[in-house]
Amino acid sequence: MMKSGLLAAAAVLALTAGVSADPVDEQLVIDGQEMITRAKAPEGHPFDEVLSGWLYREAETRKLEEDSFDNPGMLSVEEGEEIWNTVEGTAGKSCASCHDDAADTMAGIAANYPKWDPDAKRPINIELQINKCREENMGAEPYAFDKSGQKELTAYIKHQSLGDPVSVDLSQGEMQQWWERGKDVYYTRTGQLNLSCASCHEQNNGNYIRADHLSQGQVNGFPTYRLKTGLTSLHNRFRGCVRDTRAEIPKAFSDDLMALETYVTWRGTGLSVETPSVRQ
Amino acid sequence: MRRWTTLAVAASVSMLATSAFAADVPPKEVAFGDDGVTASLTGTPGDPKHGAEVFKSRKLGNCLACHANEEMSGELFHGTVGPALDGVADRYDEGYLRAIVVNAKAIFTEETVMPGFYSLDLGADVAEEFQGKTILSAQDVEDVVAYLETLKE
Ligand code: HEC
Ligand code: HEC
Ligand code: HEC
Repeated sequence: MMKSGLLAAAAVLALTAGVSADPVDEQLVIDGQEMITRAKAPEGHPFDEVLSGWLYREAETRKLEEDSFDNPGMLSVEEGEEIWNTVEGTAGKSCASCHDDAADTMAGIAANYPKWDPDAKRPINIELQINKCREENMGAEPYAFDKSGQKELTAYIKHQSLGDPVSVDLSQGEMQQWWERGKDVYYTRTGQLNLSCASCHEQNNGNYIRADHLSQGQVNGFPTYRLKTGLTSLHNRFRGCVRDTRAEIPKAFSDDLMALETYVTWRGTGLSVETPSVRQ
Repeated sequence: MRRWTTLAVAASVSMLATSAFAADVPPKEVAFGDDGVTASLTGTPGDPKHGAEVFKSRKLGNCLACHANEEMSGELFHGTVGPALDGVADRYDEGYLRAIVVNAKAIFTEETVMPGFYSLDLGADVAEEFQGKTILSAQDVEDVVAYLETLKE
C-alpha cells in the first residue's frame, strides 16, 4: 500500500473511530440541592461546555453521591469535623478556636481556591492553608502529604462549599503566570508512553481506555471517594495519572503541581464543588 | 517527512551494527520506507500466539486499552481510543503494521496518542526504570505484528 493511500485510510478511520459513549444527561441533586454538572466554559477554554466527572460514571456510582447517607466519603468529612474541633499545638487552639462554626465561616471559601498567597508568593490550596494555620496560628507541625487527617480536614472544609460554583481569581498576584505554567504542564507529553493530560482528558474524553470512561478530568469533587481506594486527594490523583504515563512522579504541592491545580481548576470554572464526590 | 529517507540510509548501516541481541535492529535504526518497515527487526519469524499475549497484557502492549478486537471477545473491557482492529490485516500490509507498532507518530501524525512501541522518541521525565528503553522488545513487536496479520475478515 502506498503511503498516501494509508494516510487517506487513516483519515477515514479517524472519523469512525472512538465509538464514544456520551456522558449521561442527568441532573445531580444531593440531599435536595441541585448541583451544576454542566457549565458554559470560560473564554479561551478548548471546550464549549465543562462537564463534571459525575456524568461519566456508572449508574450505581452516580447514585452513591446523591444522598449523603449513602456517600461513603461523608464518614471522612465527619472525621474532618472532629479534627476541626481538636486542640493541637503549643498555642492550645483548635481550628474552631479562631474560625468557630465552619458551616458559617468556611461556607463558599474553598470554591475560590487555589488562591494567591502573598507571603509564599505562590498559589496555595486548602491543604497548604491548613498547614499555614497549623504552623503560624496553632504552633503545630504541618501535615505531611496525605497524612494525619490532611485529606479528611480538607474534605470537611471543601464540603462547606457544596454546590457553590468553582471560580479562581486569576487577577491576584502572579496567578496568571502560574496558570500559564499549569497550561504548559497540562499539554506536555510525559513518560515512556508519551501522553499528556490533554491526550486523555481533552482528545479522548467520552472514550473508553480499557474499563475507564474518560472524563474531562475535572477537580471539583476533590478530595473524592474512590470505590477502590477510599478518600483520595487531588495531588494523589495527579500523581497517579502522571505515573500511568511511566514518567517520574512529581512531588505533591511542588510548583508544577500547584500550577497544574490552578490551571485545571480554571478548566472547571462554574461547576459545583461536589466534595466528597464518588468515583470509581 | 525527512525521517523516511534518512532512516532508509541508516537501515543499511544498521545491518552492521551490533546490539544486545546481535540480530535486532536498534530502535533508532529502524528503516521506514514507502511500504512501511518491511524488514524484520530480528530475523526470527513472529509468533502470533505470543503476539496475542503481548496484545492483551497490561504489562506489555496493552493494545486492548485503546483498541477493540472481536477476536478477543473473551477479554473484558476493550478501549475505544483507537479504531477497532477487526480485519486490520486486510487494510494494511505487514510493513505498515510493523511501522505503526514501531512508531505510530511516524505513520499518523505527531499528535497521535498511540505510543511508539519500539521507539526512543519518548515524553518528558521518563521514570528511571524506563529510561532509554522501548516499551516492547524487537521480538515482541515481530510477534504482535504476526498476530495482527491473522486479523482478517
Ligand atoms: C489562632 C487563630 C487561628 C487558628 C487556630 C486557625 N486559623 Fe485559620 N486563619 C486564621 C487567620 C487569621 C486567617 C486569615 C489570614 C490568613 O490567611 O492567614 C485564617 C485563614 C484560614 C483559611 C482561609 C480562609 C479564606 O478566606 O481563604 C482557612 C481555610 C483556614 N484558616 C483554616 C484553618 C484550619 C483548618 C485550622 C485548624 C487546622 C485553622 N485555620 C486554625 C487564624 C487561625
Ligand atoms: C493515560 C490516560 C491518562 C492521562 C495521560 C491522564 N489521565 Fe487523568 N484520568 C485517567 C483516567 C482513566 C481517569 C479515571 C476516569 C476519569 O475520570 O476520566 C482519570 C481521572 C482524572 C481525574 C479525576 C476526575 C474526577 O472526576 O474525579 C483528574 C482530576 C485527572 N484525571 C487529571 C489528570 C491530569 C491533570 C493529567 C495530566 C497530568 C491526567 N489526568 C492525565 C486517565 C489519564
Ligand atoms: C493509548 C492509546 C493506544 C494504544 C495503547 C495503542 N494504540 Fe493503536 N492506535 C491508537 C489510535 C488513536 C490510532 C488511530 C490513529 C490516530 O488517529 O492517531 C491507532 C491506530 C492503530 C492501528 C491502525 C488501525 C487502522 O485501522 O487504521 C493499528 C494497526 C494499531 N493502532 C495497533 C496497535 C497495537 C498492536 C497496539 C499495542 C501494541 C496499539 N495499537 C496500542 C491508539 C492506541
